[in-house]
Amino acid sequence: MHAPDGFIGAPASIVTGLAAAAGVAVCLRGAQRELDDRTAPLAGLTAAFVFAAQMLNFPVAGGTSGHLLGGTLAAILVGPYTGVLVVSVVLLAQALLFADGGLTALGLNVCNMALATVLVGYLVFRLLLRVLPRTRASVTAASFVAAVISVPAAAVSFTLIYAIGGATDVPVSKFGTAMIGVHVLIGLGEAVITALTVSSVLAVRPDLVYGARGLIKPLELKTQGAPA
Amino acid sequence: MTFKRFFAVGLLVALVLAGIVSFYASSSPDGLEKVSAEKGIDAKAEDHGLKDSPLSDYGVTGVDNARLSGGLAGVIGVAVVLVAGSGLFWVIRRRPAEPAS
Repeated sequence: MHAPDGFIGAPASIVTGLAAAAGVAVCLRGAQRELDDRTAPLAGLTAAFVFAAQMLNFPVAGGTSGHLLGGTLAAILVGPYTGVLVVSVVLLAQALLFADGGLTALGLNVCNMALATVLVGYLVFRLLLRVLPRTRASVTAASFVAAVISVPAAAVSFTLIYAIGGATDVPVSKFGTAMIGVHVLIGLGEAVITALTVSSVLAVRPDLVYGARGLIKPLELKTQGAPA
Repeated sequence: MTFKRFFAVGLLVALVLAGIVSFYASSSPDGLEKVSAEKGIDAKAEDHGLKDSPLSDYGVTGVDNARLSGGLAGVIGVAVVLVAGSGLFWVIRRRPAEPAS
């Protein structure tokens, strides 16, 4: 869902650019607490994975495709602040190297695909973990539901911004429903990829999943129960 | 699984997805493109300022074989994002507290 140049007017480009910059600045600070010698390379790897997965458009209904946005996945794997930065790095590389996503639309795209997806996706994920039993299966299930919701959340974000600063006079009532509807379908694909990836990492290195911290019991040192 | 091995497997998966599997991705317009075209909200969309760049549209200029061109672009993208991302995250990471001297 990379918007090209010219979708929104110049004032909206500037405002979304400033909003994205402010969001990224907050995340640069917040990510310091999430990143250490071990998780910093892991976050780089997550960015590379999200870039690769975003190339894989899968078909949804009626000659339409969708691809992973990756905000929820990144937030669960490496933390929400770092997650925003992961997707932002991918969006920046796509706009600068691959002419995917307009340069003046970079702020808009960061707002929709990095900030909105992580905000909504990670919030839903944490809320679900609060009510679900503390197991690995719960982490996977919560990642699925969070990912489903995060994609229409990005579509809502786009629709709201377009309603205020769009370059044409087409009213929201004309496209909002279609925009959100198709992104619910794409959200299902997002959820499958997110849950598969999270459960794969949980299977081999549960300690590397940021969102599973506190759920995974630390190894206990057991002593033979020899009576003293 | 050691961290090194985990990292290597993860990177290999990303390279295979971007370098090989991407060839089989759907070329239909994505949700935003499709709805925008149908509803006319893309009426003022402009060409990308860098549309003639060597990797524009996930292909390498001058490489005619579609499979090779797209795969190469994907591998380059994975490498660039890995290096740029890791570099950024390494710089902003939390440092171990300096031992008191």
